[in-house]
Amino acid sequence: MNWFDSWALPLAVFLPAVGLVLVLAVPKAQEQTVKVIALLTTILTAAVGIGILTRFDYNKSGSLQFVVDKQWIPVIDARFHLGIDGIALPMFALSMLITILCIIYSWNHFPEPHNPKAFLALILLLEVGMNGTFVAQDLVLFFIFFEVVLLPMFFMIGVWGGPNREYASIKFFLFTLFGSALMLLSFLALYFKLGTFQIPELAGLHGAGIAHGTQVLIFGGLFLGFAIKVPMFPFHTWLPDAHTEAPTVGSVILAAVLLKLGTFGFIRIALPILPSGAQTWAPWIGALAVIGIIYGALACLAQTDMKRLIAFSSVSHMGFVMLGIATMTDFGINAAIFGMVAHGLITGLLFFVAGSIQHNYHTREMSRLGGLLQQAPRMGWILGFAVMASLGLPGLAGFWGEFPAILAAYSPAAGLSVGLFRGFMVVAAIGTVFSAGYLLWMYQRVAFGEPKEEFADAHIHDVGPAEWMAWTPLILLTLALGIYPQIIFGVTDGAVTRIFGG
Amino acid sequence: MYRLAVEKTTEQAEFAAPWLISNAWVIPLLMMLSFVVILLFGKRMPKRGAEVGITAVGAAFVMSCVAAFQWIQHVENSVSEKAGAGLSGLGKSLVLPGVVGPESGVAPITQTWDWWSNGLIKFSAGIQIDGLAVMMLFVVTFISLLVYIYSTAYMKDDTRYTYFYAALSLFTGSMLVLVVADNSLMFLVGWELVGACSFMLIGHWWEEKPNSSAAIKAFLTTRTGDIGLLLGIIVTFFAAGQTFNLTEINQAALDGRGGHTIWLVAASLLLMGIIGKSGQFPLHTWLPDAMAGPTPVSALIHAATMVVAGVYLGARLYGVFWQGFSIADGGMNPMAIIGAITIIVGALLAFVQNDIKKVLAYSTVSQLGYMVMGLGVGAWVAAIFHLFTHAFFKALLFLGAGSISHSGSHHSFDMKKDMGGLRKFMPVTFATFMIGSAALSGIAPLAGFWSKDEILATAGQGGFQFFQIIGISGAVLTAAYMTRCIYLTFFGEYRGHHHPRESPKAITVPLIILAVFSVFAGLANAAPLGIHKFTKYVEPRAAFPEVVVPHFEGLLAFVSVLAVLLSAGLCSYLWFRKDQLGPFKGLTQRNAVARGGYTFLVNKYYLDVLYTDVVVGGIKGPLARSAYWFNQNILDGVVNGIGRGVPVLGRGLYKYVDQGTVDSAYNGLAKETGEAGGLLRRLQSGQVQRYALLIVIAIAIFSIALILAK
Repeated sequence: MNWFDSWALPLAVFLPAVGLVLVLAVPKAQEQTVKVIALLTTILTAAVGIGILTRFDYNKSGSLQFVVDKQWIPVIDARFHLGIDGIALPMFALSMLITILCIIYSWNHFPEPHNPKAFLALILLLEVGMNGTFVAQDLVLFFIFFEVVLLPMFFMIGVWGGPNREYASIKFFLFTLFGSALMLLSFLALYFKLGTFQIPELAGLHGAGIAHGTQVLIFGGLFLGFAIKVPMFPFHTWLPDAHTEAPTVGSVILAAVLLKLGTFGFIRIALPILPSGAQTWAPWIGALAVIGIIYGALACLAQTDMKRLIAFSSVSHMGFVMLGIATMTDFGINAAIFGMVAHGLITGLLFFVAGSIQHNYHTREMSRLGGLLQQAPRMGWILGFAVMASLGLPGLAGFWGEFPAILAAYSPAAGLSVGLFRGFMVVAAIGTVFSAGYLLWMYQRVAFGEPKEEFADAHIHDVGPAEWMAWTPLILLTLALGIYPQIIFGVTDGAVTRIFGG
Repeated sequence: MYRLAVEKTTEQAEFAAPWLISNAWVIPLLMMLSFVVILLFGKRMPKRGAEVGITAVGAAFVMSCVAAFQWIQHVENSVSEKAGAGLSGLGKSLVLPGVVGPESGVAPITQTWDWWSNGLIKFSAGIQIDGLAVMMLFVVTFISLLVYIYSTAYMKDDTRYTYFYAALSLFTGSMLVLVVADNSLMFLVGWELVGACSFMLIGHWWEEKPNSSAAIKAFLTTRTGDIGLLLGIIVTFFAAGQTFNLTEINQAALDGRGGHTIWLVAASLLLMGIIGKSGQFPLHTWLPDAMAGPTPVSALIHAATMVVAGVYLGARLYGVFWQGFSIADGGMNPMAIIGAITIIVGALLAFVQNDIKKVLAYSTVSQLGYMVMGLGVGAWVAAIFHLFTHAFFKALLFLGAGSISHSGSHHSFDMKKDMGGLRKFMPVTFATFMIGSAALSGIAPLAGFWSKDEILATAGQGGFQFFQIIGISGAVLTAAYMTRCIYLTFFGEYRGHHHPRESPKAITVPLIILAVFSVFAGLANAAPLGIHKFTKYVEPRAAFPEVVVPHFEGLLAFVSVLAVLLSAGLCSYLWFRKDQLGPFKGLTQRNAVARGGYTFLVNKYYLDVLYTDVVVGGIKGPLARSAYWFNQNILDGVVNGIGRGVPVLGRGLYKYVDQGTVDSAYNGLAKETGEAGGLLRRLQSGQVQRYALLIVIAIAIFSIALILAK
């Protein structure tokens, strides 16, 4: 144990908070200083992240590493307990990467009403919450980080959002808060039943000490909290509104990281701590997951707004992730984690491009767009790449989230109905055609054809330097993970099989 | 991890496979690199990237030839070694349980790498080189090379010339990945990537909507079939004991592991994939539309290579189909039936087309039907042989059509409006087109004759007489529609309005080369002449069923050639002597049945109406709209209803409960909860205080929780 190992996680979580304080201390007018501080903070945080990635013992990805376990609120037995394993590591890294890319992208693109200081402060606060959630090993701590994320996103949508921002932001806030309240109740129930908030301890009990019926009830609370965040059908209606109204980087962070807090909650907390409750719920989760796949895709087909379409596509894609989780097998959960990372990269890229299209054309109505390949060929290509990745083309990252999840449904965990899950498998496979459908039709309307008359002479900026910097990592990672998926599976498999194997 | 199966499996490694054939992955890799280089630097190069593509594919072709040569040597060595030393353990493999027996000969050469792991199972990426793979390497790189050269002239003035070569390179690379894959997952990677390339190239001229719509139609239709492929891979994965390895799957299938039913399910699912990709009825409708792409693309992708990927799948996982469809028993099975229907359905549609490329496209559909039917009736060698010969003469015909549109009909493919009499202006194109048509029709001794005859012979000798008759009928139809096509294009008076001339060398030389192959390729497996190269070198020995080895039937060959000649002769007579259709002229006007049949054909059996308007239209239209309506009005209605309901409840609580019973501390909370809910309805009211109040609620809930927890 050297110095770095015991300080790495607290640093990675709270450095953005230090940056936040610095940003707040700088006068609003000095925009450049604010931007530089914010960028440096996230880069420094990522440097700590890289340190963690290099010092992480990949042969023991199943056990918690870089553990910090300190007394915190003795009166309720809450501890300041951080730790990272193979399940959290990919998400943790993704969260740091996305934050940097968002700041780079925003550099000259701050949405109205401008105010970079407040905007960047919120992004930094978001990073605290996101990073913290992935490494928290205490339920109270987890809850706090989980909720910390809520406020900055609420303000980001509510202040920098589109015309309907107030409705969207409040809907987002209340919906999630409603889920959180029930989740908290379940946390408390766990505490009263088992006498601890420590996640590793609770998971180690495998539900021993809680009767099956109680497990089902407690799982219900967790389910609502996490399912709203994912979001699963039918709790998803906040998502299209939030995405449609949110500024570009808000959408990117929301899609790339925040949604994953929900699925992560299932994998980290709900399933390991309450296995028998989970087993009762799994068929329902699987059913809602595949309904979400088809339903989200159908809703996509009815959209005229490009960003809203991408938002509904998240409902569909997260269905694959949830199907993997619902199988309760190591195979399915590995697929789910891969799917989370892949969806983060790909949908992040899609929202970025959608943002730049809106910036150029001042509209997202697909009936008014067209000919992007002609006016901004590079952007058109990148959009095409993202579309292909998003529809699950093998060789790109998206495939490795979808296919193993479908495969896992063929043979779900012992005790689950094989026939039912094979039915889910078929529906999910049909869903892959639907996703190809809505994505290609979107691409046809946006990128193919001639530009519409109103934009025929418009000066359209092709991909600029900041955009290149923000998008290239996403493109390269999508390719790299698609060609050599072991980059993720090699990290997660040890942890997943330790918890869910056999 | 790295292994050479051959080295491990033979006690004396003295005839260990030569380097190239053991490392054939360099061939697809080369094409992938070509794609990247053209994409990044192509525009700045003197020939705008074409030189990179042609060099790469030329090198790939040379390497494929070397690999083919090495494979033949390898087989010879193995056979002589075995004969000399009598090594009975030779064919047995430590890693591949599939080798059938001592006399079986040569196991595929494999090489694998760790790829991914899940649930502590390691999965590898790998290549598997055997006769089938080597044959495909040769065909794909050979046709690619000619098409690349041809395109330098054909696509000369195209705005996206560089992009075109990049996409072609990616296509060739992906197709080769599919060809060398040793596991179903890597096969799927290649399979879907060629689909994506096909999408890019059909939609090459995306400015016009019909082109991009054709591209989408092609992608979605094949993806519909891919549902089956995806599920089929999953079922075979579990049925064979959690493996994606093709040989292991075949072996498990032939052993009947886990019972017959699961293999029937797997075979049916995989057949769906074949139907989608190889343009089989009823999913063949995308292939004619795919002609919206540039003609070299039609020749390479939609005739010679990609569309045979489905047939290749059938050949690769033949053990699964053999077991699943009980092919050994003879009689009827879904694979043979689908193939047979496709032969007839495709050929009939070729009669009513005025677009020369569509005639050829439906002809491709029909010929792919022969291959699939061939696999279905146990004629593995013949089906693959037909894949081989078809690649040459169909690529020839498509490139010939391209030559006509490039230099003869001013970019039109309409035979009735812009062609006619072209034989005088384009002698090379005419002569090669005639050869291609004769080969396609199965006139002896051209390429198509040998392979088609072998399919028919095997069908008959394997107990599939019905399909033999279908095959001969298909040949009769083929001869007739090709005669019509040739007459309309090359004979009569020129009906266009330009100055037709012969095409440049870059176009005619590939035509001549392909014509030579269309004449002689059939000799590779000409049974009556005692040549059995395909049986010897291409037919797999590992995990492969005992297929019928047909003997040549003179009578059958005579009957089928005679039928073809009669058909072509009658058709020519009608066109030449009697001023068009003779007694049949105007038949569709006079006779209601004929008119009905004609309309039915012109409308392509109404399948497009069914798919585009009913299925796709239904999903995109009413179904999607009602799902969204449900979302906005029912689901969101509930949410907004709660938003409206809570303030009412809040007011009620305030008025009746709160004021009377609850103390003032709770009072505030209930009221503000109500107000917050009301915000969902009153969108305009958005003061910051309200947000703050919401946060207060959050904190309140949390503090209550903490108090409770104490």
